[in-house]
Amino acid sequence: MAELKLPDLGENIEAGEVINVLVAVGDSLVEDQPVIELETDKAVIEVPSSLSGTVTKVLIAKGEQAQVGQVLFLVDAGDKAADSTTAVVAAVIPEAPAASPDVTPEPQPIPVPVAGPAATGGPVDVHLPELGEGIHSGDVVDILVSVGDSVEEEQGLVELEIDKGVVEMPAPSAGVITAIHVQKGDRASIGQLIVTLDAISVASSPAATTVAASPTPTPAAAPATASTAAPTPVQTPPVSAGNRPANHEASTRPVPAAPSVRRLAREIGVEVSSVQGTGPGGRISEADVKGHSKSLHENRGPHAAISATPLPDFSKWGDIEREPFSNVRRITAQRLTASWSTIPHVTQFDQCDVTELEAWRKDFGKQVEKAGAKLTPTAIILKVAAAALRKFPQFNASIDMAGEEIIYKKYCHIGVAVDTKRGLLVPVIRDVDRKSITEISIELGEVAEKTRTGKIAIDDMQGGSFTVSNLGGIGGTAFTPIVNAPEVAILGVARGSTQPVYVDGQLQPRMIMPLSLSYDHRVIDGADGARFLRYICQGLESPYLLAFGG
Amino acid sequence: MSADKTQIAIIGGGPGGYVAAFRAADLGLDVTLIDLDENPGGVCLYRGCIPSKALLHVAKLLNEAREASAWGVTFGEPKIDLDQLRAYKDRVVAKMTGGLGQLSKARKITYVRGRARFTGPQTLKIDLHGGGEQQLSFDHAVLATGSRPIVLPAFDIASERIMDSTGALELPDVPERLLIVGGGIIGLELGQVYCALGSAVSVVEMTDGLIPPGDRDLVKVLAKRLESQFAGIHLSTKVTGVTDSGSGIDVTWEPTGGGDSSTHTFDRILLSIGRRPNTEDLGLETTGVQLTQRGFVEVDLQRRTAEPSIFAIGDVIGSALAHTASHEGIVAAEVMAGQRSAFEPNAIPSVVYTDPELAWCGLTEKDAEAQGRTIKVARFPWAASGRATTQDRSDGVTKLIVDPETERILGVGIAGPGAGELIAEGVLAVEMAALVRDVALCIHPHPTLSETMMEAAEAYHGLSPHITAPRRK
Repeated sequence: MAELKLPDLGENIEAGEVINVLVAVGDSLVEDQPVIELETDKAVIEVPSSLSGTVTKVLIAKGEQAQVGQVLFLVDAGDKAADSTTAVVAAVIPEAPAASPDVTPEPQPIPVPVAGPAATGGPVDVHLPELGEGIHSGDVVDILVSVGDSVEEEQGLVELEIDKGVVEMPAPSAGVITAIHVQKGDRASIGQLIVTLDAISVASSPAATTVAASPTPTPAAAPATASTAAPTPVQTPPVSAGNRPANHEASTRPVPAAPSVRRLAREIGVEVSSVQGTGPGGRISEADVKGHSKSLHENRGPHAAISATPLPDFSKWGDIEREPFSNVRRITAQRLTASWSTIPHVTQFDQCDVTELEAWRKDFGKQVEKAGAKLTPTAIILKVAAAALRKFPQFNASIDMAGEEIIYKKYCHIGVAVDTKRGLLVPVIRDVDRKSITEISIELGEVAEKTRTGKIAIDDMQGGSFTVSNLGGIGGTAFTPIVNAPEVAILGVARGSTQPVYVDGQLQPRMIMPLSLSYDHRVIDGADGARFLRYICQGLESPYLLAFGG
Repeated sequence: MSADKTQIAIIGGGPGGYVAAFRAADLGLDVTLIDLDENPGGVCLYRGCIPSKALLHVAKLLNEAREASAWGVTFGEPKIDLDQLRAYKDRVVAKMTGGLGQLSKARKITYVRGRARFTGPQTLKIDLHGGGEQQLSFDHAVLATGSRPIVLPAFDIASERIMDSTGALELPDVPERLLIVGGGIIGLELGQVYCALGSAVSVVEMTDGLIPPGDRDLVKVLAKRLESQFAGIHLSTKVTGVTDSGSGIDVTWEPTGGGDSSTHTFDRILLSIGRRPNTEDLGLETTGVQLTQRGFVEVDLQRRTAEPSIFAIGDVIGSALAHTASHEGIVAAEVMAGQRSAFEPNAIPSVVYTDPELAWCGLTEKDAEAQGRTIKVARFPWAASGRATTQDRSDGVTKLIVDPETERILGVGIAGPGAGELIAEGVLAVEMAALVRDVALCIHPHPTLSETMMEAAEAYHGLSPHITAPRRK
């Protein structure tokens, strides 16, 4: 097994952005064959392979920065590997049982690459695997092993915070840890060497090992309540499946571009039919394709969402301390900036009388307690919100501006904003409409605990179609939540309080809960916003209706 | 028995397979090309395009010699030495295929003569031509096994009088009465060859027109000439019985729409109703290769089958044209060499090498109608072409099929002698997304038939100097 590194590119070029990965796992490589397309400050260049062999692992993805010297691919060079440095090191190691060198991991869940000669035992370099498009790095939050430790295959080596989840990176094979290349608090980039271990026994195939997200589900505990203003979703697009283009139907209108231009588009990964041609009759030129590609990259830039306004020197006015963004903070900043700047928000306020609901909750709560959970207002609000989403499908939707379509969701997954030490996280409760309040209460308790302790998996924070943010546990009379794009609405819950209210002409003390609904005015009209929120209020004011679904 | 390894194994040495092999070798890959024949070439060179064109060249000469009497030049009746004619055709084939053998060697391609079968996704067993067998493992393979003529059950009567295109190209004799079953490209081309050699040629075709995929205005030009050459053209007619009476072959047919059947006697029959892909006996079941409902090998845009190590090109995937197969061979070779290629042409030319020739590319009027697509058609009749008139062949037509919104040329159709050569400009225009005006503004040499492209473009705006037409805004 040999490492294929980004070679010296000359002209003082130290890094570039990967525009295209031209080979996939299993592809045959010949020396000088282009393996990636790199955009440097100067030009787009094709980087040729310095090796021949079979690609066993791709350690770089489109859109990432590659540094000179960074390992891009692992290549099984066959017999030639005997010359490589890795193999020289391996020769010192006593013989180990042979195993299949055929490392062809599935793209999901997260595979861990195996470097080094797994076939013969010996040192195994464990690199940080590709974790999905747009994910460039993870923060090392814990190192679970020390040099000299014996580890089993699949045993956790380090804990990484990636986007908003914490994942464990397991050992690709059993062995003894010989070196740890990262420290707690480091930011590790994709492909970076994390740990080296001596494989002492690799009798079984070391193929796809997966990163376990959360080993032990925690039993029901305190339910989720408050969080900060607006939650953000975490999306992990599927890992790219290599360079095979989709076999889509030829469009009925042939694209007005010369064959050479179409080939260029394919080579740099641009869907030529989406390029606006500037020539006569809409003819697409090479310049049009390049311009389109450039604008895509600019829009896709990892930090595009955060605008860096110039800052004054705050230390002029007193002591300051700088702390780098955590992953959660960076993503939160990006997502909320994007949501705030693209969605025309309207926030509708209402309040509902929950006096009877509270009485019912205390009563019914005992039953839920027997099931091992606590009945919280949030669980009830989720159930009512699910009913509202069924009645008003435009709130259970997303907007496709490019396709000029509204996407209605036939499922009802509701995100619940949870305040954690790492920041705001939004785990998603699936199929709320099909669960009883007792079931929701149990799940909410578990999920909130997992989220607070950092054991929530990224998957469990995806796919929401609506969000509830309950700040009532902390206080406040009202707030304006930010829509959790690509959802189109979010319900904010503030603190309920006892208010004097006229009921049938008599002044009575009633428990009043203020609600705030922010929605995307592109798809939801004001009247519908008011109706939706009123429907929720009515649901909460008539708890006996809920009893049937309890 | 020996076991060998190759990077690329190509099964079938036709214009798809050998071009794939040559390109893969030129891209630095180690290639093994496997075919049953002595040299690369396949059906196209041995039993198709090339020998039929050699014979059509002779047919054209015969026809022109006869027509020359109208221009004041009279030749005697031609004397045809069938053995010499066959030898000429065979020399052409030998020269071309021998050349390919040389080109293959020069690229250090391992040429194996034999029949290959898959024994797994990356292994082959080859029954060698000289006896024995060879195991071959490969990184990638290209399936380019082509197709063979379809035989209808009614004709499966083991009569020497029934020929397929391969048999007809062997020129066994010049039958007095020849029946062509199937009025498609192959049947009409060979029909004209035998007609020029002296046979009375009849055609039966099940559909209501000759050359079914062609636009009717183009086919009409050919049909008109065939009507004066052939003894009979029977459209919407199906053959219901065939018997070899010893002294001839009796064929019974009836109208497809119902009606009385009739029986006619011929000396030979050329069966040319289509071709079917060669997918049998290849060991495909040991691989993940999938077939479509119509029996072709299923491939993606890169010409990769459902088995990632195996590609397929040409007739076996239903491409049915040598030049398409060659292009697919290039795509497959480039993909195997790691390039991001795909098969994505906008214009594939089709040519009928009859006299007159028919040729078209890109969108046809038929396609546009089927798609419900709005087009405008600009036609230039060859009666207005100086060059066509000098050749006493003013029966042709050149037309452009245009998107009225952008005035982009989406398709080109040509009927007339030399249409097959002229269509290349149409392919270029469609592929480059040329506008009508682009072609109109290109100076075309005078006097040539190529001017008809320019004049058709001018005619789109009512501005052709040589025809008058209602002017468009």
